[in-house]
Amino acid sequence: MQRHYLLGNEAIAHACLESGIDFASGYPGTPSSEVIDVLRVQKDPAYYVEWSVNEKVALENALAAAWCGIRAICTMKHVGLNVAADPLMTSAYTGVTGGLVIMSADDPFAHSSQNEQDTRCYAHFARLPCLDPAGVQEAHDMIGTAFEISEEFRLPVLFRPTTRICHSKGDVELGDAVPSTRKGEFHKDPRQYVVIPAHTRLLHKKLNEKQPALKKRLVERGLNHSTIKGKTAIIASGIGASYVQELLPPDVSFMKIGAYPIDEDWLGEFAKKHEKILVIEELAPVVEEAVRQVAGCVPVFGKINGYAPYEGELSPAVVAAIMVKAGFLPKNPFAAMEPVQNLPMRPPILCAGCHHRAAFYAIKKVFKDAAIYPSDIGCYTLGIQLGVVDTTICMGASITVGSGITHSGEPRDVVSTIGDSTFLHTGIQGLMNAVYNGANMTLVILDNRITAMTGHQPNPNSGVTATGVETPPVSLDAICRACGATFVETVDPYDMTGILRVLEEAKKKKGVKVIIAKQMCVIAARRAGVKRGRYAVNPDLCTGCGTCVRFGCPAIEFADEKARINDLCSGCAVCARLCPVGAISREAKK
Amino acid sequence: MTKSFDILIVGIGGQGTILASNILGEACLLEGRHVKGAETHGMAQRGGSVETHIRIDGQYGPLIVPGTADLLISFDLLEALRYSHFLKSGGTMVVNRHMVLPTSVFTQKSPAPTEDEIIAQLVRFNPCLIDADKIAAEAGSSLSQNVVILGAASWSIPLKADSLLTAVKKLVPPKTVEVNAKAFEMGRAFSRTR
Repeated sequence: MQRHYLLGNEAIAHACLESGIDFASGYPGTPSSEVIDVLRVQKDPAYYVEWSVNEKVALENALAAAWCGIRAICTMKHVGLNVAADPLMTSAYTGVTGGLVIMSADDPFAHSSQNEQDTRCYAHFARLPCLDPAGVQEAHDMIGTAFEISEEFRLPVLFRPTTRICHSKGDVELGDAVPSTRKGEFHKDPRQYVVIPAHTRLLHKKLNEKQPALKKRLVERGLNHSTIKGKTAIIASGIGASYVQELLPPDVSFMKIGAYPIDEDWLGEFAKKHEKILVIEELAPVVEEAVRQVAGCVPVFGKINGYAPYEGELSPAVVAAIMVKAGFLPKNPFAAMEPVQNLPMRPPILCAGCHHRAAFYAIKKVFKDAAIYPSDIGCYTLGIQLGVVDTTICMGASITVGSGITHSGEPRDVVSTIGDSTFLHTGIQGLMNAVYNGANMTLVILDNRITAMTGHQPNPNSGVTATGVETPPVSLDAICRACGATFVETVDPYDMTGILRVLEEAKKKKGVKVIIAKQMCVIAARRAGVKRGRYAVNPDLCTGCGTCVRFGCPAIEFADEKARINDLCSGCAVCARLCPVGAISREAKK
Repeated sequence: MTKSFDILIVGIGGQGTILASNILGEACLLEGRHVKGAETHGMAQRGGSVETHIRIDGQYGPLIVPGTADLLISFDLLEALRYSHFLKSGGTMVVNRHMVLPTSVFTQKSPAPTEDEIIAQLVRFNPCLIDADKIAAEAGSSLSQNVVILGAASWSIPLKADSLLTAVKKLVPPKTVEVNAKAFEMGRAFSRTR
């Protein structure tokens, strides 16, 4: 036994090692990424681990591994589960012969996401079990349980931590790692693995028949439990259960839901012993709906009758306010505190020397405010601050939204931007479709050779695998040409003259024009030891015109009517190329 | 249930709030104490305002409620003011006396308070203001500012200074152990003489 102060995701990854996993796959996405990131850097792992190109690919790989009788984990963020929904839904029918845990991390408050969807709804939809931890230790402990349940019921198990679990820390009691020992073996059984109508109808029936025993087992395993203390009760799940425990009056009963589906008989027994029930959970009213179905005439307080919010995340303060409103606390223990108003905001910003900024600057200069700029999911979504991101909806949609706009009759220029990882995730189909159907648009692939936003994971464009093994990098140029694009130009966005020329050329042409703006991510470059030397402003030459300041690089400041470059400078030299009077040059060596 | 001692560490992505959290967590482990924490990951780290919650002896949730933090540690003067409503009445504030202006102040020419104006607004919290850059440079590297500030705050943290120093030495990069140990001691010495 050992105790460590760990991030939730680190504890989850360690639990995978303790479960002796044989296979791990995933696609990076906040807040899920660190699980594979920890697994992939273990020394000489006996298991297989990959970063897949997208979540559907990751899940199909892991499912197949689990069909071969081994233990597999597949990780993604909640919206990644949409991409993987196709195999997910039918994987419940085929089931597994080994153990398969699908971690889909939810993000209440959309700290780093495009929506606040709830993985538990997918579990209900697919009729798969779902485990829902309330803290870091429980998240760790649930992994072993999830594999056991998966193996017992021969079903994939969804595991749904949230941001406040994945990116929380705590002192965690760990067990010992167990080396992977199983070898996959595929036994042909078309009635299980070939879902033609005649087979799938029977498989659906089998899935439904598993449900009653599954519900009972989740209670027997202690994942759902309760303590009766009085005539009123709070039923809570996820991190909300932890907040409730901080505030729970001693005479209020408490039920903790940590797994779905919930056994209705067990839930009903608890409900009818109480005079009123409050349900506390994040995102969708999954527990609340289950409680309402069995509560009979016992009043239930929750989201559906306006006592708790549907949107955003819970906190002890929010939970206290709900408890007061529903009559479970006499008064709020927390005073309302207002932050100081009118301070300058400090939103996240593209790094000093980030080549996306240079590419966006050039795009804006050539296509001006008139053009429409569909964009995508990655660091470059921060281009919204530069006025070159008009749409983002989901991974890969910059290209399809672009082609849709051009076919709508909208006459203005359309310039889509997408990162290399996102292009490989779900962008290629959109490009193929745009060329095939004769769209007129420009696509700029912001190629920084890595999946940067989620923590610099390698992808097929990087030339290395998750474990650092060298692998031939894909050719974005060849992919685009194979999709039918004939105008495909690769440029260095730090070379302002070059990128402006190529963009001007693209603007004049019809059809789908692809520009690959290629340069290493500035953080990855620094870690790789690239040193370019800093730049400085000559105050005697600087006229204070503000051209470099408007470029928006955090290395450039402005005081006393002069620009100044601070020590964030990474030496990209773009500002030196923009300065109309040549006042910026490489700093003399000290 | 033991009441937790709640520390909010704030700053700008990249300033080392996560390392500071790890040092506190490790020191708790050394003393066999429970600890909970929450931090900012992902895109929000890119030069944005970041907050790290640490609850020494924390049993349940990781989040600190506004108005209840026992200690606010800020690596940036402006961020101290932004998060000042988290501090409980009579709580302690340990703050780097300098600020980095957000880039938007330059690009959009938006108004920004001066350092002196911010300090005037913080006076009511009786803050310990520390020139972390200067002390870190004296210790041997301006990169050790976070450890300087942690050292300055160490008098207010219910953990032994020895535990904190051991945790510093364990968690900083091996080549920087000496500099960071010195940074911790200098930060600690600074706030004693305040």
